[in-house]
This record gives sequence, structure tokens and C-alpha cells, in this order.
Amino acid sequence: MPVATASQTIGPYWHLIEHAEMADLTRFGPGEEMGERITVTGRITDGAGAPVSDAAVEIWQASPPPDDRFPGYGRCATDGEGRFRFVTLRPEPVPGLGNQTQAPHLSIVLLARGLMTALRTRLYFAGEALNETDPLLASIEDPAERATLVAQPAGPGTWTLDIRLQGEGETVFLEV
Amino acid sequence: MSDPVPFRPFVAGTQPPLDHAAYGSTHLRHPKRALRRLPQTVSETTGPHFAPALFPAIGDLTKQAAGAPLGERIIVGGRVTDEDGRPVPNTMIEVWQANAAGRYAHPRDTHDAPADPNFPGEGRVFTDADGHYRFVSIKPGAYPWRNHHNAWRPVHIHFSLFGSGFAQRLITQMYFPGDPLLALDPIYHGVADAGARDRLVSRFDLDLTEPEWALGYRFDIVLRGRGATPFEDGGHH
Repeated sequence: MPVATASQTIGPYWHLIEHAEMADLTRFGPGEEMGERITVTGRITDGAGAPVSDAAVEIWQASPPPDDRFPGYGRCATDGEGRFRFVTLRPEPVPGLGNQTQAPHLSIVLLARGLMTALRTRLYFAGEALNETDPLLASIEDPAERATLVAQPAGPGTWTLDIRLQGEGETVFLEV
Repeated sequence: MSDPVPFRPFVAGTQPPLDHAAYGSTHLRHPKRALRRLPQTVSETTGPHFAPALFPAIGDLTKQAAGAPLGERIIVGGRVTDEDGRPVPNTMIEVWQANAAGRYAHPRDTHDAPADPNFPGEGRVFTDADGHYRFVSIKPGAYPWRNHHNAWRPVHIHFSLFGSGFAQRLITQMYFPGDPLLALDPIYHGVADAGARDRLVSRFDLDLTEPEWALGYRFDIVLRGRGATPFEDGGHH
């Protein structure tokens, strides 16, 4: 049986494949009926609190259903301050396992120098009633840890979530 | 609605850890807490699709500028399958690499080696219906990095693949056979399993080689398989 190829770091020079427009998931002109346009921002810091300025941040969302006008996937380079910024459509709830329902969320993959495999996490939206019963959020007992997955409003249609790779306030990272 | 079929866990030792003492950049970037196991849902088992119309192929990295880049022309090809041996068709592969002198067309690369205005170093190809891919490039050069005294990266080409579900997302590096730097490289040696390391090394391939034109290197890529393996019994050992 073949075995999955090993991951290696994306390194500091991945920007050779960077296309800044990929951070705008609405660039193909999805109709208004497909969902609310939102901006998602955040800042990534390391175990010393220093900005992670060479990361690739990727998002994937199964909702609204991706099609020719909405790719569901975005990639953004962090800037000198470790910041990323996506424009996308607000996701709807999606099915969980069994008869469960998952609260609206984005899947996040972080790739960077120093990460030999992708780091995975999620971004949920504060104030969403379904957060209370979301299988992942509900499984995290410590409210402070749970909060590392929940973006806060930061102006009209704008949400922000900082990501800490290590140490105090460390983001909950996922093994899938 | 029935649950989506999840991708299998990785075989132990075949993937590098997040914390690897010999690779300095991991020290402040690896989480200290254990990763939290997330049963795969539709968010993990589905993934992006890239249409060649929107992401045009760049299958010849030597023809992206007015002139020809310096260096040894090469052909890289192989097949993308999953762990069950099934081809992964029509999937996008992104590649990027240093020029023949070991320098990236990147503002942060300050290595004292000549830039090559004829080599941007970006490629993008799609697998065919049977999982095969192929691109033309130049052989990249080795370059120093500051991880430790006299540290040099082995010659490599970066690969990015998406597969059919976001849990299959793979970033890796293809190395070249016979490179003496492999034995010294902490990133390559971050993979504990010797067989898994060896599979990151391409093979010289005379069938891919074109007479009077370019050497060929074969690099096959395997993405995670879906569902139970035949020898899995649900963990009731």
C-alpha cells in the first residue's frame, strides 16, 4: 500500500506562487443572494509575541456552496506585522456528523517557515447562537481556549481573530 | 444525510513533527499544547476546485520571460495517487523554486548569488485523467541558510497540492538523487521514517528524458486515502 507523501515546510519564499487576489473570495462576482460579504482579519504571532510575517494563511468554507462565482478557498500572505485579510461570504451552518449541526465557520490552514506540517484551526463568529451547540466548540471546556477560535466583530461586516502559535493565549490547533 | 467518508490518519513516523530541535524556526512557532482531534466533517472532506480557465497552467518555467534562464534544463513528471493507488485526476499542482544559482526571485532572498531575470520560478500544472503531471524547468541550485553553521539546503523544488478534500492539503519538497546535502538537512531529516524520506527524492528517469534536450526526473506523490484500510480492524487490537 502506498503511504502519503511527507509534508515539508512551505519556507520563506512561497510568495513566488502568491497571487494577492486570492484573498478576495468575492472576486468572481457572486450574487447578493449568495450571502453577506464580510471581511476577516487577524494577526499571527509566535511564542515570543513577534509577528509571523512570512506565513500563508488559507481558508476553506463548504458554505455557501462553492461554484464558478465563489471559490470557497482563499490564500493570503501575512504582512510585516503578521496581519492577514480576507474578503469572503459569511458561511451558513453546515452538517456535522450524525444529526449534528456545525455553527458557521471557516477552516484555516497555516503554512510558514518553521512549520513542517500545516497547522489547522477554525474561525467561528461571535454572537452566533449555534456556537453553543457546535460539536467542536462545545467539546472545549476552557472558555479561554474556546475563545481562540471565535472571531469578534470589528466594524460593519468585519471580523477579527488573532492567532497565537505558541504560549500564552495559544490558539487551539486541530488534528484532522 | 450520511456522514462523509473521512481521510485516514497518517502512518506513524511518515510526517514531520511541528517541534524539531534541529530546525531552529520551529522553536517559537510550534504549539505547546497537543493538537485537538477533530472528527472530519464536510469542512475537511471537501475542498477547493481550481479551473484551468481561471488558474492557467504554467507548464514551462523556462519560457516565462523574454530570454532563456541560465542552468540545466530538466523535465519533472510523475503521478499523483492516493494511498489506495487511485489516481488523483485534474488536480492543481503549484511549484516554485530557486534559480540555477540558488537564488529565489524574491525580495527577502539576499543570498549573494546572481538573480536571473529570465526565471521567475513559478509553475502550475494540472494532473490528467490518470493522475500524471509534467513540467519543464531548470535544475535549481543549492543555497545557504542560517539554521546552523555552514548550513546549506539540498537542491529542491517546492510542491503544493490540494487533492479532493482540505484534509488532503499537502505542501512538500522534491529533492534530487545523489545530493550530498540531504544527509545534513534538518528539514529532510524531520521525517523520521527512512522510507518516507527517500520518497521525497526524485528518480532520474530515462523515459522522461528527451534526447538532445533535457534530463527527466520522476516524482510520484501520494495523498491521504479515504476510508478504512483493508488491514484496519477498527482499532480493536
